[in-house]
Amino acid sequence: MTTAAELLAGIPELAGAEPVTRVTIPARLEYTYSPGSAQARFLTALPEKRLLAERCPQCTRVYVPPRGACPTCGIATPEQVELPHTGTVTTFCIVNIAAKGLDVEVPYCYAYVLLDGAHVGLHARIGETPYADVRIGQRVEAVWDDRRLGPSLASISHFRPTGEPDADPESYRRWM
Amino acid sequence: MSSPAPSAPRTGGRDVAVVAFAQSNHTRHTDQLSEVELVMPVLHDVLKQTGLTANRIGFTCSGSSDYLAGRAFSFTMALDGVGAWPPISESHVEMDGAWALYEAWVKLRTGEADTALVYSYGKSSPGSVRDVLTRQLDPYTLAPLWPDSIALAALQARALIDAGLTDERRLARTAVRSRRAATANPHAQLRGSADVEDLLRRPYEVEPLRRHDCPPISDGAAAVVLAAGDAARALHANPAWIRGVDHRIEAHQPGVRDLTDSPSTRLAATAAGAFDAPFDAAELHAPFTAQEVVLRRALDLDDRVRVNPSGGPLAANPVMAAGLIRLGEAAALIHRGEAGRVLAHATSGPCLQQNLVAVLENTGGGTR
Amino acid sequence: MPPEVLSAPLIVEFPFTRSTGPVLGAFLTGLRERVVLGARGSDGRVLCPPAEYDPVTAAELTELVPLGQLGTVTTWAWNERPRPYQPLDTPFAWVLVRLDGADTALLHALDAPRHAVRTGMRVAIRWTEERSGAITDIACFEPVPEAADAPDAAPPTRAEAPPHDHGR
Repeated sequence: MTTAAELLAGIPELAGAEPVTRVTIPARLEYTYSPGSAQARFLTALPEKRLLAERCPQCTRVYVPPRGACPTCGIATPEQVELPHTGTVTTFCIVNIAAKGLDVEVPYCYAYVLLDGAHVGLHARIGETPYADVRIGQRVEAVWDDRRLGPSLASISHFRPTGEPDADPESYRRWM
Repeated sequence: MSSPAPSAPRTGGRDVAVVAFAQSNHTRHTDQLSEVELVMPVLHDVLKQTGLTANRIGFTCSGSSDYLAGRAFSFTMALDGVGAWPPISESHVEMDGAWALYEAWVKLRTGEADTALVYSYGKSSPGSVRDVLTRQLDPYTLAPLWPDSIALAALQARALIDAGLTDERRLARTAVRSRRAATANPHAQLRGSADVEDLLRRPYEVEPLRRHDCPPISDGAAAVVLAAGDAARALHANPAWIRGVDHRIEAHQPGVRDLTDSPSTRLAATAAGAFDAPFDAAELHAPFTAQEVVLRRALDLDDRVRVNPSGGPLAANPVMAAGLIRLGEAAALIHRGEAGRVLAHATSGPCLQQNLVAVLENTGGGTR
Repeated sequence: MPPEVLSAPLIVEFPFTRSTGPVLGAFLTGLRERVVLGARGSDGRVLCPPAEYDPVTAAELTELVPLGQLGTVTTWAWNERPRPYQPLDTPFAWVLVRLDGADTALLHALDAPRHAVRTGMRVAIRWTEERSGAITDIACFEPVPEAADAPDAAPPTRAEAPPHDHGR
């Protein structure tokens, strides 16, 4: 394949010029994001330390955060369900690489927490425990950040172990 | 035996028809709705029309662009509104839903499915669609200049005026005709229009285009159900048979093309059999008034053909759905018995770069 | 009861660095040196911006030819209210310009009063002071005084632009 330098060599005005091989042209688009009705209901309950999920009227699965539709049945999920602040770790990892723009110190423990009564895991961080002790089946509870209460999941600082015995695997096996 | 080969090969395959169509009421803002909340009602509408359920649909295909609302992988979340579990046979195009329909049509023609659900949506309100669309342009020579969609359409309009093919008054007449036609369309966003003299007194957006020459900024969604052969006859008393459909693309650089002409539209129309018989109506995806001039010339449409009885994209332009809506509106004319042969057109890219033409008829057989 | 409508600003940035490939790399190198290159297609037409592959035959194009610094407006659109990131922040005309020696037209901005802009007008490249090898090395086009464009006027070409004056 021909190179830029070879093409330039044939043009007297440009022979020997250092060829451009890469170009960076940053682009920026600005939006105003609105989350839609179901997620707005979930978000506006967070400052009151309430976790509002939605139940599918057909398959009865409970989704949190709700997106307004049951992905299994393809129908709206109008029934709201308030969930407790406790749940079970269904999977986790220890993050050692800081993500650009994320205001979290590494390492941290990132987990799916299946809130009691829910059928999808909530993305969460696990704290107040050595990471070596975090395990699937561990019982945890939400710790709210009173300084950051607002219509955002940042209202929940993290989840911490409750000290209860681990959950029966049958209780979460289908929702991992 | 001795006749020359036809310009497009006639291929074997089953007849395919549009058997249901639904669209949202298109609006400038849908702040209270997520994308799935916008799409789900039209999905339920077409399923109800046909009595089908998602798990009885053979193939599902959607068209959308994450850039419009700035939401990565939004189409996967929109799929929640279909009911895609256990996993369904599904595909997505980062294009107008008209191209999703094309993919579904191929699936049905080749016998891989008997029914297909096609949908698309566009939620432009969270961003600035004029600027967002610059990101579809060549990243080396065009996108760094941020030529917005109205600017590019204005360059095309000027070329048409310079060529003596239109003028600002005739363009205003197209705007008035479209938006007055839309008064009969409950889904349209702009319904009714001031008169031509009034419009011509208003300021330019990008000269020679005024606001009335440009489409509204719309949020909206649309869905159709396709079915093949006997399945189509079972699902609708008047299926809108797709007699032919084809799409062609031209060079991307606007300076390479003759902006007053659309050879891609003409080729697609030829392959779709558009020139075999006259039309009762045409639904043209011309978001800007001047683009209708280009399309009418390419398609040899004269004043006897009703163009955009729905109001067309000048009355509602949910980007990524507006082309599929042209196919849906064309089919609806046949479903309602208001037309026997309708042309539908969809476009993509700057200045009508890519064009799809479909011919819909109220009688089956002889799909080209 | 419908929930309150929430909203938040969302900024999406695309900081991509792209490889240019040989043809666009040479084209952008030329811009840095104040030389505009076109690509000669298999039908003899000169394409500017250059195409990497022939639009008709798909053959790889490797013959690049320097073009003039002057050109002709083939179509235009008056932009009274420039938008963010566009080439000029004062009212300007979007133009397609067929540079002398080219058969196709390049999109850019023209800095001229509204009354002066017309199809067929002669324009010249205005270069930016600091050039990096990008289409924005062309600041915009500007009108050419008719006298300067007479057939016997000195060719306002690359000769005015020493090839390696970019400060290295």
